[in-house]
Amino acid sequence: MAERRNDNKREPWRDPGAQAYVQIENVTKRFGDFVAVNNVSLKIYQHEIFCLLGGSGCGKTTLLRMLAGFEPPTSGRILIDGKDMADTPPYERPTNMMFQSYALFPHMTVAKNVSFGLEQEKLPKAEVAQRVDEILDIVKMREYAQRKPHQLSGGQRQRVALARALAKRPKLLLLDEPLGALDKKLREQTQFELINIQERLGVTFVVVTHDQEEAMTLASRIGVMNRGEIVQVGTPSEIYEFPGSRFVADFIGSVNMFEGRLIEDLPDRVRIHSPELGGVVYVDHGISSAPGAAVWAAIRPEKINISRAAPASTAENCVRGIVKEIAYMGDLSIYLVKIEAGKMVRVTLPNIERLADDERILWDESVYLSWHSSSPVVLPQ
Amino acid sequence: MRRRHWFSKTGLWLGLGFLYVPIVSMIVFSFNNSRLVTVWDAPNSPTLKWYGELFRNEQILGAAWLSIRIAAMAATGAVILGTLAGLVLARFGPFRGRALLSGMTTAPLVMPEVITGLSLLLLFVALEQLIGWPEVRDATTITIAHITFAMAYVTIVVQSRLAGFDNSLEEAALDLGARPAKVFFRITLPLIFPAIMSGWLLAFTLSWDDVVVSQFVAGPGSTTLPMVIFSKVRLGVSPDVNALATIMVLIVALGVVASAIWMRRQERRREREMQMATAANK
Repeated sequence: MAERRNDNKREPWRDPGAQAYVQIENVTKRFGDFVAVNNVSLKIYQHEIFCLLGGSGCGKTTLLRMLAGFEPPTSGRILIDGKDMADTPPYERPTNMMFQSYALFPHMTVAKNVSFGLEQEKLPKAEVAQRVDEILDIVKMREYAQRKPHQLSGGQRQRVALARALAKRPKLLLLDEPLGALDKKLREQTQFELINIQERLGVTFVVVTHDQEEAMTLASRIGVMNRGEIVQVGTPSEIYEFPGSRFVADFIGSVNMFEGRLIEDLPDRVRIHSPELGGVVYVDHGISSAPGAAVWAAIRPEKINISRAAPASTAENCVRGIVKEIAYMGDLSIYLVKIEAGKMVRVTLPNIERLADDERILWDESVYLSWHSSSPVVLPQ
Repeated sequence: MRRRHWFSKTGLWLGLGFLYVPIVSMIVFSFNNSRLVTVWDAPNSPTLKWYGELFRNEQILGAAWLSIRIAAMAATGAVILGTLAGLVLARFGPFRGRALLSGMTTAPLVMPEVITGLSLLLLFVALEQLIGWPEVRDATTITIAHITFAMAYVTIVVQSRLAGFDNSLEEAALDLGARPAKVFFRITLPLIFPAIMSGWLLAFTLSWDDVVVSQFVAGPGSTTLPMVIFSKVRLGVSPDVNALATIMVLIVALGVVASAIWMRRQERRREREMQMATAANK
């Protein structure tokens, strides 16, 4: 996964000369007075898995439905493979969609569901049958070909829906909350299968999801949406490590945020005084902001160290506090620490070793919280 | 089992009695030998005399056949128009004249039959003067009249079925390359077929037992079965009508029982299959 993302050839969005497969230009969609999608522009490249991530009602599904052709944009243009899609009805677009509800035809068998799209192309019967078998093999559902949808479990239905959407070998596959209805274990397993299938068939995926973990695992790039607008586009690690706004920092993962004022603003480092923290945050990279401006320092819980003993330097990037809550999650533990300034700070520690009870930091213990100067992200108001 | 309270027991028997005593007494009297309906001729009863007479009665047999034909045609016509109206109402969202269409299609449900019949009669008379059609009032005019009021019921049945319809099914079919007409015939129609079927049966029943509207729009030589029964009863109840009614009750009862059994079987099969599906996942 990480390898794939770091491969420069696989990151066409970094190449200004690359031709985007899907171009969304200033697209707006209104339903009456409600603006569902507000002036969105996006470029999606071939072989990408592009995730549209956002809460409910943020316009991500509307955007997907405009790509499929179910909703016409109020203004703006959508180009797929360089062709303006304004007058192309859904049944003539080079896209296929996997619906959130799966939308399997209840009166048809699995095989009939999958062959429905191929029959519309008027292919010879033998070829249809062969391609149905092929795609059912890929999703491991061949032995269920003669079942009806109501005879399948949720996970099996999800596979059939995927097979049906892939059967026509679309260049662009649109997936609306593809794993939403599956339980956690099955979801994780299916995520990796989806990636394998995508790589094998070389399809471009546009995935809509509200689940940030799902987006992180699947995506080559994520577009975070809020109130009809794209607030940030980037690779999963860019979005996580360098959120561009308080909304993104808060929406992806959890974060501790401290409001403060810039007291030193140099090209290679900044200092922020935060009354909420009761101290100074020292950041070892520059930001572009007016001195004296109110800013927010965001620090991820896993980037904070918790210790009984004071770290070497306690002047900056270090506060004292008292452990108020501990949640043991198995793989990691979450500590809620009340710092001296009164704010609750969230810290996560991986449970690498099995610790004896007396080595573990426990409730009501006085602790030091510290972090590296590269960890905080400075966000504008 | 817990003993039921006397109050609910009484209620049950009163209700059943209210519904079925008239029918049972009619069935019993259909086997009566006496010509007088209210007198039980004990020595010579029960007898199948009236049933025999019924099947020799050309007028009744002819009227029954006419009624079946009209009911079938009216039900089919009502299903076509009612399905279209139901589709428009369920699908097209708000449009100009929606409230009007919705009101007009359901109007026959609340309109007194006498008024429906009268207005249709006036329409047919006016049409005859204007364009020379219909020359005579016959089975065709009765069928048209029956379509008018039966369509309302079909519309409602189809509309409510479509209200629970997952629109993404149609979108999925469009997305897979099927044109709208094909989507309708391959996806929508098969899925609302049960509603269409029950709409058809409902329309058939409504047409089959309609007297009031038929009286208005029927002409000489187009007398439906309910009209025959009605006119016979006016001259005094004759026992062969009892026999006829008994046969009709029998047919209806058989139909109801058969469909109940069929539906129960479907339900059981579905449940079994779903259990299989969940078991297969464990």
